[in-house]
Amino acid sequence: MTVTAWTSLLVGASFLLYIVIAIRSRASSTGEFYIAGQHVPPLANGMATAADWMSAASFISMAGIISFSGYDGSVYLMGWTGGYVLLALLLAPYLRKFGKYTVPDFIGERYYSQTARLVAVICAIFISFTYVAGQMRGVGVVFSRFLEVDVTYGVIIGMAIVFIYAVLGGMKGITYTQVAQYCVLIFAFMVPAIFISLMVAGTAIPQIGFGSIPDGEELSLLARLDGLHEQLGFTSYTLGSGNTINLLAITFALMAGTAGLPHVIIRFYTVPSVRAARKSAGWALLFIAILYTTAPAVAVFARTNLIDTVENRSYAEIPDWFRKWEDTDLIAWVDKDGDGRVKYRAGNALDPAKPSFLEGRGVSGERLLSNTPTGNANELYVDRDIMVLANPEIAGLPNWVIALVAAGGLAAALSTAAGLLLVVSTSISHDLLRKWLRPDLSDREELLAARISAGAAVCIAGYLGINPPGYVAEVVAFAFGLAAASFFPAILMGIFMKRMNREGAISGMLVGLIFTASYIIYFRFLHPELDTVENWWWGISPKGIGTVGLCFNFMIAGIVRSFTPDPPDDVIRMVEEIRTPERTAG
Amino acid sequence: MGNDSDAIEKYWRSNLRLIAVLIAIWATVSLGFGIALAPWLDQFKLPGTEFPLGFWFAQQGSIFTFVILIFVYSWRMNRLDDDFSAGQDSQ
Repeated sequence: MTVTAWTSLLVGASFLLYIVIAIRSRASSTGEFYIAGQHVPPLANGMATAADWMSAASFISMAGIISFSGYDGSVYLMGWTGGYVLLALLLAPYLRKFGKYTVPDFIGERYYSQTARLVAVICAIFISFTYVAGQMRGVGVVFSRFLEVDVTYGVIIGMAIVFIYAVLGGMKGITYTQVAQYCVLIFAFMVPAIFISLMVAGTAIPQIGFGSIPDGEELSLLARLDGLHEQLGFTSYTLGSGNTINLLAITFALMAGTAGLPHVIIRFYTVPSVRAARKSAGWALLFIAILYTTAPAVAVFARTNLIDTVENRSYAEIPDWFRKWEDTDLIAWVDKDGDGRVKYRAGNALDPAKPSFLEGRGVSGERLLSNTPTGNANELYVDRDIMVLANPEIAGLPNWVIALVAAGGLAAALSTAAGLLLVVSTSISHDLLRKWLRPDLSDREELLAARISAGAAVCIAGYLGINPPGYVAEVVAFAFGLAAASFFPAILMGIFMKRMNREGAISGMLVGLIFTASYIIYFRFLHPELDTVENWWWGISPKGIGTVGLCFNFMIAGIVRSFTPDPPDDVIRMVEEIRTPERTAG
Repeated sequence: MGNDSDAIEKYWRSNLRLIAVLIAIWATVSLGFGIALAPWLDQFKLPGTEFPLGFWFAQQGSIFTFVILIFVYSWRMNRLDDDFSAGQDSQ
C-alpha cells in the first residue's frame, strides 16, 4: 500500500474511534459537561492530561527545536515538565478540594470579587484562543502534507471532529477521547524513535542510545555531533550560549506558566478526590516524560543523520526524501559556489530566511528560489518540523510508520484543541452567564449555553486556523508569560496565605499582567529591531519576563495587603477548609 | 475543638515541610544542575554513559527527578491524610 492509502486508513480509523467514544459518553448535566461528573480515575486522567498538554507543537516541533538549538532547547524540556511539580505540590490538590468548575471560580470566590473573576475570565479566554489557533493550523498542515488535502479543508475536517465530541460530550466526551488520543500519539512518536535508535545507536531505548558509543565507532554520538558542529561553524551542541540569567528566567517562566494554564488545571477537577488528584498528577507527568525524554534523543539522531546525509553530497546522490520534502517547501537549497554539492553551515542561507519557490529547476535539478542568497557559506534551508515528520523516511521505515506519524500529529493537535475550547465554553456559560449576568439560569439552560459557546468557539478557532494571524509564535510567549505573572501567583497566595485579601490579589495580578504584557508588546511588536540582549532589562528576553512579572505580583500584593482590611471570616474559613484533608478515605 | 485545630495545624506544618524539601530538590536538579552549574558539571560524565553530566541533567535527569518527586509527594501526603483521619476517628 502507498503512504497516502495507509494515512487515509489510519487517520480514518482513529477519527472513527473518537466519534464512537463521543457518542458513548454524552453529557447530560453541567457537572458532566464541565468536569465529567468527577468520576475520572487517576490513571485515565493522567493520560487525558498528557494528551491535553502535548500539542501539535510538542509532537511535531519540539524535537526539531532541540535539534537546531542543542543545549539551549533544554529550557522547554525542563520548563514544560517542571511546571507539573508546582501544579502537583502547590495547586492541584487544593483546587480539587475547593471543588468548583473553573479557575475564575476559585479566583472570584477566594478574593470575594466579581472584578477578580472578570480579570481571570478574560485571561483564560485570551490564553486559550492564542493556543488553539496554533492547534487548528497544525491539523490543516498535517492534512495537507500527508493527504494532499488543501489546508482549509483539513482545518474544516478537524473542526467537524472536535465539534462532535466537544459539543456532545463536553468534558466527559473530551476526557475519554483524550485517553485514546494519548495512546495513538505516544505509539506514533515512539515507533520511529525506537527504530532510529536501533539504527543509529544499536539500542532500542532512545534515552540510553543518544549517550552511547555506537558499535565500531571511537567517539560517542554526542562527541561526534559536537565535532561536526565545530567543523561546520555551528555553536557546540552540548554547551549553551552562556546567558545563564536568561535561561533561568525562561525556564522558570515556562514552569510557572505551565502550572497556571487553565486547560491543564481544569483536568484536576475531574477526579473523584484530593488523593486521586495528587496521584493523577504523577501519572500525567510520567506519560508526558515518555515523550519529553525521547524528544532530545530523536533530536540528536536526526541532527547527526541530517548532517551525514546531506553535507558535501551532490544533489543527485542525496536520498529521495530530500527532494520529496523540498517539494513540500520544507527544504531548500541554493548552490552558492556552483559546485553542485550541498554545503550546510551556520547562519541563514536565504534572505528572507523562509524560502519562496519559483517555477522551474536549476542546473542540478533543485527547485529555484526568488530569495536572495546571503553572503555566508550556508546553502541549505531546513524547516525544524522536518526532524519528526521526515524521520521515518530518513530512517527508511515502512509506509505504515510514516502514516502513523500523521495520525499521531492529528491526535496531539485535536486533543489539545478540545481541552482549550472547553475552557472557553465554561468561561462563557458558567463564569460570565451563570455567575455574573444571568444568575437565574437553570441547569438545563446553562448546559445549552455551554454547548452553544463550545460550538461558537470551535468556529472561531477554525477561522483562526484557516487565516492564522502572522504573529502566532510571538503570542505563545504571551500565553505563558501572562499565566506565570497572573494566575499562578494569585492561586498560590489564595491557598498558602490565609490573610491575602482582595485588594492585594487584584493589584498584584494587574501589575504582573501590565508589566509582562508591556515588555512583550514593546520588544515583539513595537520595536522588534531592539529585541537583543543589550536592550533587555537584566538581560532577560521577552520569553523569560514572566518570571519578573511574577516577582512584581508577589511584592505588590504583599505591600497592598499590609495596609488594607483582612478578608472576611467566611473566606478565611474557606481557605482553612481547602487545607484540611477529606474525612473519608478513598 | 481544641484538639481538632491542633491536629489540623500539625497536619499543615508537616505538609509545608514536605513541600519545602521537595521544591528544594526540584530547583536543585533543574535550575541548579541543569542550568547554573551545568558548565561546571559538564567536565564529568554520567557514570556508565557518555553524557556530559550538566547536559544530561538539563535534558533527561531533571525530568526523571520531577516524576519521582510527584509520586513521593502523593505517597507521603496520602499517608499523612490517613494518619489524620485515624486521629479524628479515635476521638
